[in-house]
Amino acid sequence: MAGPTTAPAPEKTGSQPTAGRRPAVGPMAAPGASVTRVAANLVLLLIAVCFVLPMAWVVFASFDANATLSFGLPDAATTANFAAIMTPELTWLPLWNAFVLSAGSGAITVVVSVLAAYPLSRYRMRFGKYFLYTVLFGTCLPITAIMVPVYALFVQLNLLDSLPGTIFFMAATSLPMAIWMTKNFMDSVPISLEEAAWTEGASAMQALRRVVLPLMRPGIAVVFIFVFVQAWGNFFVPFVLLLSPEKQPAAVSIFAFFGQYGSVAYGQLAAYSLLYAAPVLGLYVLVTRISGSAFALAGAVKGWRGGRQLSGTPPCGGRRAEPAARRASGRRAPACAARRPRRCRPGPRPCGSGPRARRPAR
Amino acid sequence: MSRGVARAVPLAPAVVLLALFMLGPVVWSFYGSFTNTALTGPTAANPEWIGFDNYIGLIGDPDFPKSLWLTVVFVFASAVVGQNVLGIALAGLLRSAVRPVRSIASTVVVAAWVLPEIVAAFAAYAFFHSEGTLNAMLGGVGITGPDWLYSTPMLAVVLANVWRGTAFSMMVYSAALAEVPPELTEAAQLDGANGLQRLAWVTLPVIRRSISTNLMLTTLQTLSVFTLIYVMTGGGPGTDSSTLPILAYQEAFKFAQVGYGTAIATVMIVVGGIFSVIYIRALRPEVD
Repeated sequence: MAGPTTAPAPEKTGSQPTAGRRPAVGPMAAPGASVTRVAANLVLLLIAVCFVLPMAWVVFASFDANATLSFGLPDAATTANFAAIMTPELTWLPLWNAFVLSAGSGAITVVVSVLAAYPLSRYRMRFGKYFLYTVLFGTCLPITAIMVPVYALFVQLNLLDSLPGTIFFMAATSLPMAIWMTKNFMDSVPISLEEAAWTEGASAMQALRRVVLPLMRPGIAVVFIFVFVQAWGNFFVPFVLLLSPEKQPAAVSIFAFFGQYGSVAYGQLAAYSLLYAAPVLGLYVLVTRISGSAFALAGAVKGWRGGRQLSGTPPCGGRRAEPAARRASGRRAPACAARRPRRCRPGPRPCGSGPRARRPAR
Repeated sequence: MSRGVARAVPLAPAVVLLALFMLGPVVWSFYGSFTNTALTGPTAANPEWIGFDNYIGLIGDPDFPKSLWLTVVFVFASAVVGQNVLGIALAGLLRSAVRPVRSIASTVVVAAWVLPEIVAAFAAYAFFHSEGTLNAMLGGVGITGPDWLYSTPMLAVVLANVWRGTAFSMMVYSAALAEVPPELTEAAQLDGANGLQRLAWVTLPVIRRSISTNLMLTTLQTLSVFTLIYVMTGGGPGTDSSTLPILAYQEAFKFAQVGYGTAIATVMIVVGGIFSVIYIRALRPEVD
C-alpha cells in the first residue's frame, strides 16, 4: 500500500510517464490499446469542454460590453466592466474586509494549531488520542448545520456584526483540519534535532520556535494558505454573522450586487467575480509551487484522511517520543525507497516528510 | 502529573476556541430546538421551553419530509453517484491520456473546485439560466431548452454540484489508482479479462478503502452545500429545491423561527454526526 505520505496527491498522473510505463501485454493488446487511448483522450477533452464552459462565461462576459448570460465571444473587448466596479465602496472595501477576515483567521489558526500540534506530535499523552478523535469529528461536522445555532450564540454573546467575532469563529471552524495538517507536518520533523536543543538547555517552546518551526515553514505556509483560501471563499458564515455592508467581505457584497444589478449588469458581475476569484487561483498556484504537486490543496485537505486511509499507517497519536531514527527506518524510509526513489534527498528531513516538503515536480 | 499538565498547556487555546465556537453551538442547537426562540419579538429575548413541539411541528410540516427527500436525492445523485462515478472515470481516463490532454483536463476540473463557491454558483446560474450557455448551445442544434432552474431545479443543482465537486473525487481516485500494482491488472489481462472485468474484479476491490472514505467525505460535504443552491434557485421555485440547509436558513431567518430552524439544524447535526462516527470507526484501526 501507499507510504505514509500525507497526500495521495497523484504526482503520478502529473509527472511520471504513466502512459508509457506499462507495455502492452500480448500481441492482441497493442491495436486495442491504442484505440482505447485515443478514445480516452477524446472523452477527456469532451469532459474538459463541459467543465470549462461555465467558467469561460465568467472570463468572457467580464470583458464584454454587452454581456449576456450566455457564453459568447465579445464583439469588442473592453475593460469598462472592471472600471465600473472599481470603486471603494463596491470593490475595495469588501476585498479589504475579505482580506482582514481571511488573514486574521489564517494567522489565528496557524498559531493555535502549531501550539496544539506540538504536544500532540511530541508527547505520549493519555488524552491525546481522544483529543484527536474529537478533532477528527469536528472536521466532519457540517458547518452549514450549525450556522443557525451559531447565530443564536452570537446574539447571546453580543458578537453579531463583529469582525473579530467572525474571525475567531472562522478560525475555530478551520482549526480541526489545521491541527491535523500541522501535526502531520510536525511529525515529519525529526525529533533528534530538538533533542540536541534540549540538551543545550532549551525549553520545549524555544525548541519549537527555533528548531521545529523553521523546518516546517512550507507546511505552515500551506496551512495558512489553506485557511486563507477557505475563509476568502466562504459566503455563508459572513452572510449570517455580519450585517452592516461596510463590514461585509467580497463574497457577501458580490451577492448583494448580484441581487441589485445582477439582472442587468452581467458584465460587471462577471468582472467582479473574476477580480474576487483571482487571489484564490493565485494562491492555489503558489501552493502547488511550495508543495510540488498540482493537487496539493486536495492533498492537504485529503491527506490526513485519504492518505492515511490508503497508507495503513498509524498516525502515531501520542507516540512522538519514539526516536526519530526508528520512525525514519520503520516508516518513512521503506516507503520512500519503494515508491519515490528519485525524490529522496539527503538532508535533515526524512524523505517521506510529506508532499509539501518535496521539491516541485518539474 | 504536573508535567503532564504543563505539557498540555499549549493545547489550551485550541480547546477554548473549539469549545466555544464548535461545541457551544452544537449543545445550544440541542437546547434551542426545544424552545420557541424567535428572531424578533418577545420570545427572542426570553424563549420558552416548549418540549418536542418543534419536532412534532417538523413531522407535521409538509415542507420537512419533502426537504429531507430532496436532500437525500441531492446527496445521492450528486455525491454518491455523480462525483464518485465521474471522479473514478476521470482518474482512469487521466492515466491513459497523453500528457497535454491530461494536464488540460485535470486543470479545468480542479479549477471548478478551486473557485470561490459564490463565483462557482454564479457561473452555474448563468450556465443553466433560460438564456444561458446551455440553452444557447441546445438552440444551436435546434432544440429549445427548458428553463432548467424553474422546470428542473434539482437536476440543475445536482449537475452544478457534480461540476463543482468532482475534482475532489478525481484527485482521491487518481492517487488510489496509482497505488494499484500494474502486475495485478496485467495478470488479469493475460487470463483474458476484458477492461470492464478488470475494473470490476481487480481495480475496484483493491481501492475499496479509498472508495468508502471518499463516499463518506463527499456525502458529508454535499450534505452541507448551501451557497450553490441558494444562489442558483434560492430553494425554489416554491420549495422544490430546498434541501435541509436551505430550509433551516429560511425558517430561522426568513420566517424568523429560530427555534424551528434550530430543530432542522439539529437533525442535520445528528445525520452528519452519524456519518462521521461511521467514518471514524472505519478509520479506527489505523488511528489507534
